[in-house]
Amino acid sequence: MTRERIPFITELPLIIWLVIVWGALWQDFSPGNLIFGGLIAYAVANLLYLPPVELSGRFNVLYAVPFVGRFIYKLVVASFEVFWLSLTRGPRLVNAVVAVQLRSQSDLLVTTTGHALSLIPGSLVIEVDRSTSTLYLHCLNIETPGDAAKIRSDVRATEAWLIRIMGTRDDLALLQTEDRFAQENDNREGGVSK
Amino acid sequence: MNDTVIDVLTAICLLGGALMSVAAGVGLLRFPDLLARMHAATKPQVLGLLLFLLAIGLQMRSWVLVPVLMVCWIFMLLTVPVSAHMVGRAGYRTKHMRRDLLSMDELDEVVEKAANKRAPDRNPTERPDET
Repeated sequence: MTRERIPFITELPLIIWLVIVWGALWQDFSPGNLIFGGLIAYAVANLLYLPPVELSGRFNVLYAVPFVGRFIYKLVVASFEVFWLSLTRGPRLVNAVVAVQLRSQSDLLVTTTGHALSLIPGSLVIEVDRSTSTLYLHCLNIETPGDAAKIRSDVRATEAWLIRIMGTRDDLALLQTEDRFAQENDNREGGVSK
Repeated sequence: MNDTVIDVLTAICLLGGALMSVAAGVGLLRFPDLLARMHAATKPQVLGLLLFLLAIGLQMRSWVLVPVLMVCWIFMLLTVPVSAHMVGRAGYRTKHMRRDLLSMDELDEVVEKAANKRAPDRNPTERPDET
């Protein structure tokens, strides 16, 4: 069986994660245990072969920490919202399936965004169109197109956070151009609309 | 003194976690269709688990337990959306859902368009369950 050799550096994040899981499960982070875990992780990653995840090569901790905070805050809000809707609306709930096109073409980013979205605003990914990186989300309590627009901007905000944390440089450049345009628009309108 | 504070925090976390379990249960009972129920099964439950794990971490007071609890929650975060997506996707495709409860369906338009493109000779009114 011939297969492409994966460079060790691409495998490294996976192996580090497996070593952390190993240490956590043994509740033992002594060097000996970690080295043994590393050997097992290396063996597992090479024997039970999976296509490597294409990482972008950047990870910005400065954005990651506030993102975790925002994530937990939104998770609490979403949980109570679901609770409240189930108590007050229950069977009379009106939902919608909303299509949201993401900026990024990267599989990793589309997947991460989809994951985050299933947990934070009131949405659930029911279909992914990989060719156009469009997510189809089922959202609770959407009655008007305005509600759908709010969901869409929320989704794109979440994606922007993830791009800033771990998106490719191209995506980041795209995002910065977009920000600049938005700023220019704001300046031109002179704060009339907001 | 310190113990009392930790006990109170633990109690708050446990009550919060229990409340979230109730929320998930109420949602499962009261929401009208499969897709709406999946919402109830994902969000409150992940938060509930986080609160329970926090309570365990506070009570056990050992740092060595923290990584296990974190790994536990991370696996929850990784698996819950996937299972919800798979169930939701299967439910949507097999029409185990109530279309009359949707105020808009942008996926259906795409599916319709793709179906018409693939079989242009087929009568589009062939699917009587669609509105």
